[in-house]
Amino acid sequence: MLYSEKVMDHFENPRNVGKLEDADGIGEVGNAKCGDIMRMYIKVKDNVITDVKFNTFGCGSAIATSSMATEMIKGKTLEEALTLSNKAVVEALDGLPAHKLHCSVLAEEAVRAAIKDYYDKHGVAYDKNQFCSFDCVACHAEDAHE
Amino acid sequence: MSTDKKAWIYVDHAATTRMSETAIQVMTECMKDVYGNPSSLHTIGQHAAEYLAQARADIAECLHADPREIYFTSGGSEADNQAILSAAGQGARKGRKHIISTAIEHHAVLHTLKKLEKEGFEVTLLGVGEKGIVTAQQVEDALREDTALVTIMAANNEVGTLQPIAEIGKLCKAKGVPFHTDAVQAIGHIPMDVEALNVDMLSLSAHKFHGPKGVGVLYARKGTVLTNLIEGGAQERGKRAGTENVPGIVAMAAAMKEATTGMEERNAYVRGLRDSLIEGLSKIPHSKLNGDPKVRLAGNVNFCFEGIEGESLLLLLDRAGIEASSGSACTSGSLDPSHVLLALGLPHEVAHGSLRLTLDEENTKEEVDTIIQKVTEVVTYLRNMSPVWDELEKGERRHVI
Repeated sequence: MLYSEKVMDHFENPRNVGKLEDADGIGEVGNAKCGDIMRMYIKVKDNVITDVKFNTFGCGSAIATSSMATEMIKGKTLEEALTLSNKAVVEALDGLPAHKLHCSVLAEEAVRAAIKDYYDKHGVAYDKNQFCSFDCVACHAEDAHE
Repeated sequence: MSTDKKAWIYVDHAATTRMSETAIQVMTECMKDVYGNPSSLHTIGQHAAEYLAQARADIAECLHADPREIYFTSGGSEADNQAILSAAGQGARKGRKHIISTAIEHHAVLHTLKKLEKEGFEVTLLGVGEKGIVTAQQVEDALREDTALVTIMAANNEVGTLQPIAEIGKLCKAKGVPFHTDAVQAIGHIPMDVEALNVDMLSLSAHKFHGPKGVGVLYARKGTVLTNLIEGGAQERGKRAGTENVPGIVAMAAAMKEATTGMEERNAYVRGLRDSLIEGLSKIPHSKLNGDPKVRLAGNVNFCFEGIEGESLLLLLDRAGIEASSGSACTSGSLDPSHVLLALGLPHEVAHGSLRLTLDEENTKEEVDTIIQKVTEVVTYLRNMSPVWDELEKGERRHVI
């Protein structure tokens, strides 16, 4: 089996899939050329993420990591959500194959991008160094042929 | 897990096939009774040598070749490597260090050519246009005084397109340039007569036509000088060392005889399934058949669906019992989509969403109907969660197909 049961579960029954028409923050990372795009919508009340939805174009692990990341940030404060690491997402999914680890990085970046968008839209001051450039890491990875 | 064929719709025959009952039977018999080493002088060894000779003669007959022109290998990749490296070696001795091939060859060919480039060879990879077919004229235009080899596949493994091997063979013969064809996907589907096609070298692999895995053939026309990849004993006329895989070879011969008999009737049936499948999948909006609609293997269907990614499509089809394949990067461990689809001019983002279904005579019309229904459902499901599809629908991104 390529993927763990947890990955397959989140891939086949993704949690929080969809859109939030009245989202307070939207983050999109990745690009279609490299094969993964994640878009995350968050609803924020009193500094807490009250709702989150995602849309993902990508492989099984991209969908599963998106789903897991949404579960891990729902109900959390923005500060807590910003500490979500790709490693934590991978661990929660009982691991990912090595060549799929970039998907978890995208999930982490999607969460951060959504929070940054919320800060920007709501005039919240923040330390810019907290956020990376949201460059798709996958596109810079070495081409690994079988 | 049960892999009983009834529980699954297996449509990945270009990847590999189920062994035929005949091949299993002769292979089992051989493993039990023909255990001698064909190089041994004693009766038991010579008994095995006779089986080997018969298999060689049978395979030669299927290709319209001489048994002495048949070299047993571990499969198609080894045969491709040996053919190309042999011609390159001979060419280099005469100062010819140019090779012509196409952009859609299998990696067994492309990676061997890459290696030769590092050794100072110049490689011309011909484009194949959006239909995925090269022309003899392109080959003629690319030929040079120092061309050592033309290597062009007979049928493509991903999009199934058939290349004009007869015309290219005729041209190469007239120009005196060795011609190799990777016929791994062609055997058992299109007639491969090395005389009629003027092929100097040909690679084939048993498991693609209901034979066992790990065994194949390099056909090399009399007079071709081969370079050894494996040194050792004097097996295979001294060109491929190692005790012969007698059960595998005997089973390959049996499978090949079956696969090259009644080919037209089988093709007619499979082509009917293929065309129904193409018709059904074409109804999915923003989908596209890759490769030429007619000049392709009877069982090959290759589609792109805009707005989705191939691996997730494959995983969900697998859960629905449909065993298919994809040119998707994610399935191969590489992040780049299929080099074949890119060579056909598809943009990266579309090439990521490809699906290859390869049928054979064991598939049925009912299975085709199920596939059409399931693929339609899964594509719709994935599109509904795809931000790319969302942008396409809103007109923020332009449809490519």
